[in-house]
Amino acid sequence: MSAVVHDHDHAHGHDHHGGYGGIMRWITTTNHKDIGTLYLWFSFIMFSVGGLMAVGIRLELFSPGLQYMDPDFFNQLTTMHGLIMVFGAIMPVFVGFANWQIPMMIGAPDMAFARLNNWSFWLLPFAATLLVLSFFMPGGAPGVGWTMYAPLTVQMGVGMDLTIFAVHLLGMSSILGSINIITTILNMRAPGMTLMKMPLFVWTWLITAYLLVAAMPVLAGAVTMTLTDRHFGTTFFNAAGGGDPVLYQHIFWFFGHPEVYIIALPGFGVISQVIPAFSRKPLFGYASMVYATAAIAIISFIVWAHHMYTVGMPVTGQLFFMYATMLVAVPTGVKVFNWVATMWKGSLTFETPMLFALGFLFMFTLGGFTGLVLSLVPIDIQMHDTYYVVAHFHYVMVAGALFAAFAGIYFWLPKWTGRMYNETLGKWHFWLTLIFFNMIFFVQHFLGMAGMPRRIADYPLMFETWNKISSIGAFGMGLAQILFLYIVVKTIRSGEPAPQRPWEGADSLEWTHLPTPPPYHTFETQPIVK
Amino acid sequence: MKGSKLVSILAGLAASAASGAAHAIAWYFQTPASKMAQDIDTLHQVIMWIILVIFVGVFSFMFYACYAHRKSIGHKAAQFHENTTVELLWTVIPALILIVIAWPVTKVVIAQKDTSAPDLTVKVTGYQWKWGYDYLRGEGEGISFTSVLATPRDQIEGNAPKGEHYLLEVDNELVVPVGKKVRVITTAADVVHAWWIPALGAKQDAIPGFLRDTWFRAEQAGTYRGQCTELCGKEHAYMPIVVRAVPEAEYTKWVGERKALASKAADDDTRSFALAELVSRGEKVYAANCVACHQPTGRGAPPAFPPLAGSKIVNGPEEAQIDLVLNGKPNTAMQPFKQLSNAELAAVITFTRNSWGNKAGEVQPAEVKARRK
Amino acid sequence: MVANLKTENRRLSRRLTIVAIGMFGFAFALVPFYNQICAALGVNSLVERSEMPLNSQIDTARTVTIELDSNVHNLPWRFRPLVSELKVHPGELAMVEYEIVNVREAPVTGQAVPSYGPQLAGEYFQKIECFCFTQQTLAPGETRRMPVVFVVDPKLPKDVNTIAVSYTFFEVAGRGGKT
Repeated sequence: MSAVVHDHDHAHGHDHHGGYGGIMRWITTTNHKDIGTLYLWFSFIMFSVGGLMAVGIRLELFSPGLQYMDPDFFNQLTTMHGLIMVFGAIMPVFVGFANWQIPMMIGAPDMAFARLNNWSFWLLPFAATLLVLSFFMPGGAPGVGWTMYAPLTVQMGVGMDLTIFAVHLLGMSSILGSINIITTILNMRAPGMTLMKMPLFVWTWLITAYLLVAAMPVLAGAVTMTLTDRHFGTTFFNAAGGGDPVLYQHIFWFFGHPEVYIIALPGFGVISQVIPAFSRKPLFGYASMVYATAAIAIISFIVWAHHMYTVGMPVTGQLFFMYATMLVAVPTGVKVFNWVATMWKGSLTFETPMLFALGFLFMFTLGGFTGLVLSLVPIDIQMHDTYYVVAHFHYVMVAGALFAAFAGIYFWLPKWTGRMYNETLGKWHFWLTLIFFNMIFFVQHFLGMAGMPRRIADYPLMFETWNKISSIGAFGMGLAQILFLYIVVKTIRSGEPAPQRPWEGADSLEWTHLPTPPPYHTFETQPIVK
Repeated sequence: MKGSKLVSILAGLAASAASGAAHAIAWYFQTPASKMAQDIDTLHQVIMWIILVIFVGVFSFMFYACYAHRKSIGHKAAQFHENTTVELLWTVIPALILIVIAWPVTKVVIAQKDTSAPDLTVKVTGYQWKWGYDYLRGEGEGISFTSVLATPRDQIEGNAPKGEHYLLEVDNELVVPVGKKVRVITTAADVVHAWWIPALGAKQDAIPGFLRDTWFRAEQAGTYRGQCTELCGKEHAYMPIVVRAVPEAEYTKWVGERKALASKAADDDTRSFALAELVSRGEKVYAANCVACHQPTGRGAPPAFPPLAGSKIVNGPEEAQIDLVLNGKPNTAMQPFKQLSNAELAAVITFTRNSWGNKAGEVQPAEVKARRK
Repeated sequence: MVANLKTENRRLSRRLTIVAIGMFGFAFALVPFYNQICAALGVNSLVERSEMPLNSQIDTARTVTIELDSNVHNLPWRFRPLVSELKVHPGELAMVEYEIVNVREAPVTGQAVPSYGPQLAGEYFQKIECFCFTQQTLAPGETRRMPVVFVVDPKLPKDVNTIAVSYTFFEVAGRGGKT
């Protein structure tokens, strides 16, 4: 986004953008700030596409009966909404943050592999195109849910193959990006920037990147097996040839559960920067935050089958995965307590980033608690694949990851663009998003408990009232995001100039050592951190 | 434009509030009708209270800080950033609470998995998109039928007012005796489905090629309704599960009726029906089994669901169509329909051969019976 | 900055790439691993020949009911057990017969997959002879009777008094290719 400013503002004579101008500059750029900007805009576009699909879903669910679409198309929408939001919106937005922030926060001139960085980004638009194209194939996009369970995948048309290739590309992009991030953090820190002095955002990304390197290839394996089952006569998930459909679920969730933390951890990192800044007080329990993050990451590899309590595991399996899952509550609790303790006896102000951080804290905790409820086998068996689960993971992913992303954008937007956003509008955006979000998802807890399964295009009459409220919330939340776009564009074009350090309590290198906006190349001579 | 949309939304909400008077707003578990569902309900309440206390506790600290430690009232920030005792406490105490929770839950998990010594064993097979029930053991052994959504298409498409049990009604309910332990063995014919009756606290995925089991014991007589809970393709929303628990005497009577019905079906096989009789019966069979894919117009939804109107198979030799309907077509949504009786199949085939402009004569039950060999 | 930063970066990225490739392989390694686990826990007890029970002492004090069941998966076969249930003593050698008929006018190959309820019982249901060990090819219209010879292991937990044995026949290399 800063780059857009630079395009209109050639007064910064020392800024040079490589050999190209216009569109070629963006295609060939190897600058971490440019690439960060590309990631952020890309994720916003995908967020809009996925959001439109969500509005389509909620439109159909506004009333019982089939009004606007046939159930097949409804299934395609739920599938693509999930895939696009997870892989196209939430993951890239945090990679965007990583690109912008990590080099500036650890005092490095750029990412370790600048050209690789460019490639990792430019895989994404191709993957996104494949996903969207699948709608226009005969038979449409796959209607199998984002989890792509076998053997339903075998019944799908060409759209399924496009989706599988898209997942491969997305996975490749994430793995390359993660290798780059790990290398940058481990090898390129400024002198004196020891690991335990790194801002927590950098720490959470380091751990996330390791999770990505370990988990994404497993997903690639699962979808590759699906592909060969579909076309090359293998029978990994086909009982006829000695395979097992449940095996797919095991492999998928071996990836899928770490994926949940891949989405959540960078958000934790952002929140751990924002809360101390607006409390004007150092983060409470820095070391325990790092250990808790690492603990969550490690436990995430041994809890996958809690997504599968109803497949019929032996009782020992159910108990093992239940105990392991309950264990996650301990480090997660430590994090929440630390954030609250950071605020305790601080000197608090409530600008938009802080509001989003508080919204995150309150509602992510709520999502964490419903997660604890779901970790218990008997209750989960009652709630599995109902709207309770939908409500739970949207509290974690939207109120968790998305709110953290908004907090981060409002927090760093002045640094990136050199201009302040409109505080009043920002607060409006927060309150509208908060209210409509809860309107959509809080009532879905009730729906799930009362017995409404997820992924259905039509529902019994007793679920009508909550569905109406939920749908109205969805339309409202959609509109609120138009306000967000307006705020960002207005900031870039005509925001008030921002000072080097607009937030009194912010103390990482980008605020203390770099002007606002930071020049195109920063830290070519690395700072010495004491 | 925007205004009119808002008005229509508000009108819809008002209408739903009005209809809400007729339909109590469901927001909690359905009334438990088995000990298992009751145990789940109780566990859930206990957990919710624990969570509520912790939640209120933690966030009263946060909101108090938001109120009392504001910069705007001149609060100066303290600079502490660690306290080993506190940090240790809030790691250990939650762990202890978890252990306390885990104990009663484990007991319920073990009870839930205990499918031994049932009074009645029923095999449940998930099909796209209906359920098949086979009474394997216990009173009623040998009874076998499929259970299909009974809600008319007109209600789904909004051409008729929706009935009380919209989407939760089937042609053949699973009838079980009250107070008896029923073991449910699940499997599936095509993709993964999941069999769920919320009020009985029983849910089990149905996996193609494999058997899984669960159990329930209905404590009170009544009709309990649930839906398929694993995405299984287009009509996932339209394969409900209805269990009717009846007193033992009534159950015995039902078993008798079922057996009589089965022998009547055998009689039908040798009878010859008039064309009009077959078509009118076939229309009903079509509405229950075929209409979702092939559509009321017989035009289907190509390419996945081919049209019947003008179809080469429907207008071709009878044997080919009978075989296709009996055995299905592998790896398409066209499932085998051999669970229907010969008379039903003859009727529905005759109906398709004499509707939507097709004119291809009639098929008698005996012909279907012959093709089963 | 590290002195030979470029070399260091290359080395680290190479290691991480190997980890990523290894994890891709790990996904495939999960396939045999899963089958081993299932066999060990008796979850699915797929097409494997059971070992002869070492101790075939007949436990006449107990009687176990074996319920037999059959399914075909998209296959033009009629497939049924000749008896629907029988009672055996643990340790006793028993035999049941299944009958399959190929209804189609073409040869068809199928593979039967056994499954047990409760799953745990699969571990104790030891097959000495079973048609499910191999693929079966039936000529058009052919009828075949096939035996299952088995022993219920006396170590079967005391609370299990009923074992449901189900076979499902699947077409081999099906997927529309041979219709």
